Amino acid sequence: MSTDRTVAGSPRPLLELRGVTKVYGQGRAAFPALRGIDVTVQEGEFVAIMGPSGSGKSTVMNILGCLDTPTTGSYLFRNTRVELLSRRQRALLRRHYLGFVFQGFNLLARTSAIENVELPLLYRGEPFRQRRSSARAALASVGLDAWETHAPAELSGGQQQRVAIARAIVTHPALLLADEPTGNLDSQRGREIMELLAALSREQGITVLLVTHESEMARYAKRVIHFVDGFVDSDHRNGGSA
Amino acid sequence: MLWNSLLLAVRAIRRNVLRSVLTILGVVIGVSAVIIMVTLGDGATQSVKDQITSLGSNLLVVRPGQRLGPGREPARAPNFKAEDAEAIASQIGSVAAVAPTAGINVTVVYFADNWSTNVTGSTSAYFTSGNWRLASGRFFNDTEERAGKAVCVIGETVRKQLFGTQDPVGSEIRVKRFACEVIGLLKSKGNSFGMDADDIIVMPLRTVQRRVRGSDDVTGLQVSVKDGASRTHTIDAINALMRERRNIAEGEDDNFSLVDTKQIAETLSSTIRVMTMLLGAVAAISLLVGGIGIMNIMLVSVTERTREIGIRLAIGALEHEVLMQFLIEAVALASFGGVIGMVAANLISVAAADAIKVPFLFNPRINVLSFVFAALIGVIFGYFPARRAALLDPIEALRYE
Ligand SMILES: Nc1ncnc2c1ncn2[C@@H]1O[C@H](COP(=O)(O)OP(=O)(O)OP(=O)(O)O)[C@@H](O)[C@H]1O
Ligand SMILES: [Mg+2]
Repeated sequence: MSTDRTVAGSPRPLLELRGVTKVYGQGRAAFPALRGIDVTVQEGEFVAIMGPSGSGKSTVMNILGCLDTPTTGSYLFRNTRVELLSRRQRALLRRHYLGFVFQGFNLLARTSAIENVELPLLYRGEPFRQRRSSARAALASVGLDAWETHAPAELSGGQQQRVAIARAIVTHPALLLADEPTGNLDSQRGREIMELLAALSREQGITVLLVTHESEMARYAKRVIHFVDGFVDSDHRNGGSA
Repeated sequence: MLWNSLLLAVRAIRRNVLRSVLTILGVVIGVSAVIIMVTLGDGATQSVKDQITSLGSNLLVVRPGQRLGPGREPARAPNFKAEDAEAIASQIGSVAAVAPTAGINVTVVYFADNWSTNVTGSTSAYFTSGNWRLASGRFFNDTEERAGKAVCVIGETVRKQLFGTQDPVGSEIRVKRFACEVIGLLKSKGNSFGMDADDIIVMPLRTVQRRVRGSDDVTGLQVSVKDGASRTHTIDAINALMRERRNIAEGEDDNFSLVDTKQIAETLSSTIRVMTMLLGAVAAISLLVGGIGIMNIMLVSVTERTREIGIRLAIGALEHEVLMQFLIEAVALASFGGVIGMVAANLISVAAADAIKVPFLFNPRINVLSFVFAALIGVIFGYFPARRAALLDPIEALRYE
């Protein structure tokens, strides 16, 4: 899938959006949620996306997550044009390269935390023992070692969010997309999650893109992109000062 | 891959036990209906065969006159003579024994009790060819037969009517104007084809001819065929011999008829088999209806679990994996229903067979067949809902409330 034409030493782009638009609905009801986005993200970056409600943050995340396709424009993931891939190829891309933390938690109800975290590994066809130990490690890394057998209904919002993160990182994805991972947490818990994501980016080289409303959380990122009305309003580096 | 799908299916079934049970109820009922019908049909067939065997296995019955069919009077035909029986026994090699019979309905009296019954005169060969056993006493012997002694062996029903629970052996009953000593009591055969086989008194042929009927006619011949001998050849030989002895010219119709009990048993059995198959087919339709029940619930389940399917697709499940998950879930449900139906059907069949007095015969073929059919129904009726789940758009599925 990846065509490595990297010049040694220089960072290579993991993903590129070129003139991406997204129009919901048709005719009079047509609503342009994205109106021409150009963004390039290098391997290993830690990017925060901010912007008012309805500015198209979730829409762009869905496109980056290969769940949705742009109306016009092009999305390159490691130089592969995602919008040209088949449904099956996009599913395989999600399976092998992406981790997604949804705006809602989107955990399987009445299913234990560990089984939820195992799910992506199940589809990768990993054997049971390996699956269990990876899932256990992922849950431990979000501080939920003691909650493995609890179903989502028996967990607090913050704990559910952390299960969702564990599920997204258990496969060691190339790209971790998190849509408001701290939206439901108090600021203390929120900071913990952000530190966790920062550590993942730093230690495992995972590229992290997250959406947040809170500038306090955005400070953990190396780069902040502001969305307004379906446009990129500003795109600047934090300069490492957290 | 298959194992994983199975695991997912089992988890889904476990998560909603009550609904899973209700879903498979149709299949349970369908499978049990099919198995019960066929099992009881088998039992009924066996029961018919048993009854025929109790009449006498390998038995050919020759009677005077021709059954011409409904609405046509049988032509008057002469009775047989005792010599006809001897001729068949001595001239046809495949015949084991021939019992000439002369029957008549008379009223017999024991003290104050009387009972109208069938008195049959025959030789001792009658007891072996008719598969009779003794409950007490003895059969009459050749000496008594030749002498035309006034002795008799009575059936269970006659004993009940005249003697109650008493042992009748040694008592004397009055038949017409003579006293007859009871020397034996026959073991009960029960009903066969709605007729009471035990309502009978057997005497030496000569006694009946002289003292009851007043003629030396023989009204029937019971021929038992040797084991392993060809029945058709024996039947042909008896027909030819009787035509010759009764001086029937070529081209003329027989004035006697020959009934093959085994043939009757086979005809009846095949009739019951056809009935069983029809009932089984009707039951199979109920199994099909059970399949529609599964489809219905699976469709509801797919709608209800739209979000779950969205999550799975978003995480990287492929279409065919979601399809397999739901298909296997349907098949697992149907097969589970099949197993429960199988167990229930055999338990019910044991009780029902006992109630209608037919033997319970476990039929492994129909058990396996209905189980496979149930699983197949799971595949067929599970496919549509499973396909629907697999083709969902992940984004819309995730947004579904
Ligand atoms: N499926 C859809 N059909 C029609 N319009 C949609 C759909 N999804 C989103 N929109 C519209 O597109 C716009 C952008 O939506 P999006 O969910 O990307 O916003 P957001 O930036 O994530 O907002 P929030 O911060 O509230 O999550 C909104 O105005 C929304 O109404
Ligand atoms: Mg959003």
